Amino acid sequence: MHLDLNTIWFILVGVLFTGYAMLDGFDLGIGALHLFTNKDEERRVMLNSIGPVWDGNEVWLVTGGGALFAAFPNVYATVFSGFYLAFYLLLAALIFRAVAIEFRSKQPMRWWRQMWDVSFSVGSILSSLLIGVALGNIAWGVPVDANGEFAGTFLGLLKPYPLLVGVTTVALFMMHGAIYGVMKTEGGLHDKLRVWATRCIIFFVICAVTLTMAALLFVPHMAARVRENPWLFSVALANMLAIANIPREFHHGNDGRAFLSSCATIVTLMALFALNIFPNMIYSLPNPENSLTIYNAASSPKTLGIMLVIAGIGIPVVLAYTVSIYWIFRGKVKLDRMSY
Amino acid sequence: MDVLTLSRIQFGATISFHYIYPPLSIGLGAMLVIMEGLWLKTGNPVYHQVARFWTRVFALTFAIGVATGIVMEFEFGTNWATYSRFVGDVFGSALAAEGIFAFFLESGFLAVLLFGWDKVGRKTHFFSTCMVAFGAHFSAVWIIVANSWMQTPAGYHIVGEGMHARAEITDFWQLVFNPSSMDRLFHTLCGAWCAGAFLVVSVSAWYLLRQKHQEFARASLKVGLTVALVASLLQAVTGHKSAQDVARNQPAKLAAFEGLYNTTSNAPLVLAGWVDEKNEKVVGIAAPGMLSFLAHNDFHMPVTGLKEFKPEDRPPVTASFLFFHGMVGIGFTLIAIASLGFLYFRKGTLPERRWLLWLLVFSVLGPQFANQLGWFAAEVGRQPWLVYGVMRTPEGLSAVVKANVVLTSLIMFTFIYFLLFAVFIYLLNDKIQHGPDDADLIPSGKLARPAKN
Repeated sequence: MHLDLNTIWFILVGVLFTGYAMLDGFDLGIGALHLFTNKDEERRVMLNSIGPVWDGNEVWLVTGGGALFAAFPNVYATVFSGFYLAFYLLLAALIFRAVAIEFRSKQPMRWWRQMWDVSFSVGSILSSLLIGVALGNIAWGVPVDANGEFAGTFLGLLKPYPLLVGVTTVALFMMHGAIYGVMKTEGGLHDKLRVWATRCIIFFVICAVTLTMAALLFVPHMAARVRENPWLFSVALANMLAIANIPREFHHGNDGRAFLSSCATIVTLMALFALNIFPNMIYSLPNPENSLTIYNAASSPKTLGIMLVIAGIGIPVVLAYTVSIYWIFRGKVKLDRMSY
Repeated sequence: MDVLTLSRIQFGATISFHYIYPPLSIGLGAMLVIMEGLWLKTGNPVYHQVARFWTRVFALTFAIGVATGIVMEFEFGTNWATYSRFVGDVFGSALAAEGIFAFFLESGFLAVLLFGWDKVGRKTHFFSTCMVAFGAHFSAVWIIVANSWMQTPAGYHIVGEGMHARAEITDFWQLVFNPSSMDRLFHTLCGAWCAGAFLVVSVSAWYLLRQKHQEFARASLKVGLTVALVASLLQAVTGHKSAQDVARNQPAKLAAFEGLYNTTSNAPLVLAGWVDEKNEKVVGIAAPGMLSFLAHNDFHMPVTGLKEFKPEDRPPVTASFLFFHGMVGIGFTLIAIASLGFLYFRKGTLPERRWLLWLLVFSVLGPQFANQLGWFAAEVGRQPWLVYGVMRTPEGLSAVVKANVVLTSLIMFTFIYFLLFAVFIYLLNDKIQHGPDDADLIPSGKLARPAKN
């Protein structure tokens, strides 16, 4: 693998989306679990566990989208116009989720809070599902015509394999969020989350195993890729070890390490996904010759170079203050006047 | 309706709704820096209360601004895919820079601004407030750079032919400092400062009318009226600069703004009137020579008329004319309102002049309408071009998106946006009725400790 600008940007876009999955993943997961308790105070604690950080987490998606637009405009254009309705649904879900967090605790009425609680939870679940389905379609392959335009339909995106990836994503984020919640809470809610986390881990493991079997049996180009490059097994192995380590650490009460393992699970899953499609960005099925690759869909080397400078200045700064903000808001959540 | 009309309506509707909020975030962000700065400088707890109250309003506008902003980023790809392919190499980098430099900064430090009051010291909190305001301004920089490139493209060349032609960067700094970007940036920022300042002024005037929270209202008014006056005056200066840009770079647009059909020296500036498109003339009151002066700093220089352009290259005249004159009219009214308010506030007789207080209460709508009309004028005046002189609007549409699909998303988002707007107004009203919190007169947590100097 020759490390040219196109490859670097393939990796960087991947890093941004992986960062998104790792960070927004846990707050989407908290959203999915939100309705499991019906005590107002516990719901507020859940909300405030992600209160200061959810907004910054979502910026990873926005920046990932921007980077995709700038580095691979053809991929951006084909995917966004091709997945039109799916993406508008995703936008609606993300909007309802975002404003629900902000609006929910602004009024004391029961109907008001119930309405935004449902928005928050449904929005979170739907966002996770749609992100997973979109990713699943890219992995499976989508019909692309000779002009690089999407040649399928909305209903054609709802094939069993992408839907399975969608459900797995929901399970993954719920597990990730539950473990995060365990770290951020205390008392009765903490104990509840511990039980939910265990169930979410089981749910996720079932999904992950099913998904792996489905990939090997029904996605021939992915299986072929692994056959040609046996070293890919080491990434898959790392992924399995990361998954197996989650329940192990969790039952020893090492919640922080369980969370890190969950992060490692997400990173290795995304790495597997990226290595399987590389150097394609959109694998065209049934006409592989129409695939959009990191070369035929990319911006000019000049732009990729300029963007690399921008990223080189921006990313270290972003990481530095992201870490400091997580540090300022470390520890268990306590409700106060400023809380949601 | 066809895909083109629907997509244009959808983009117009989503960006107009979005643009209610960013000016408030930018304007209030700048106000928060001043308010908190005044608290740190004077130690007067009322400024602490002021900063806390307006932070809560800021949070409300910010949340909807972010939620509706993501739609814009998606929409380039969903509805204008051909445009995205064509300009991605140039336009995309500005958007990506906005994400990395501005959005992370804003959202990261917002956490400390909103939730960090008791967790960090005074200086750290003030620093975070500055960073949030800085991030909001910085995001304006990149998005205005991107939009100005569509108005006055520079620093690029066209590579490839026919369907595979696209714009590629030749010089990044020429893209950033394209001929109109900086003047338009300052004009937009002045509009945003006005939006924030007049909101503060309006609510404070309301409290004075109701004789509630008077100390709070006076402190807010002091900051609000000062910023409103400075920003509305600067608005006229930057507006003049922008008009000169338009005259130089987009003469058809300026001619449409003024309904000027024949190239005229000593060209008049229409103060009030309308365009008679059939007879190709303007009916109304005009100041002779003023348009020549506005455009070229010379009362006698000729101004290019619409007839110099082929009919298919002209923007819609009546719409451009009305949007532009609406914006200018509101702009000058705001200068008058801010001056009067400032004058009587300094004299100390403002609370007795109830008519002026009522005027100030309603002045909040002024910048909102002027900002919207200004953007309408800028974007409608750019027509029929999507990228000025390079790509026409219909050419940018997505190839695979059908009309009924766009109609579906348009109906869905119209419904969502009406709902959001209703909730926003409801909550904003609730916050205003509730008023500032008296507990905020006493800083708590680490903020209670004075900053070490």
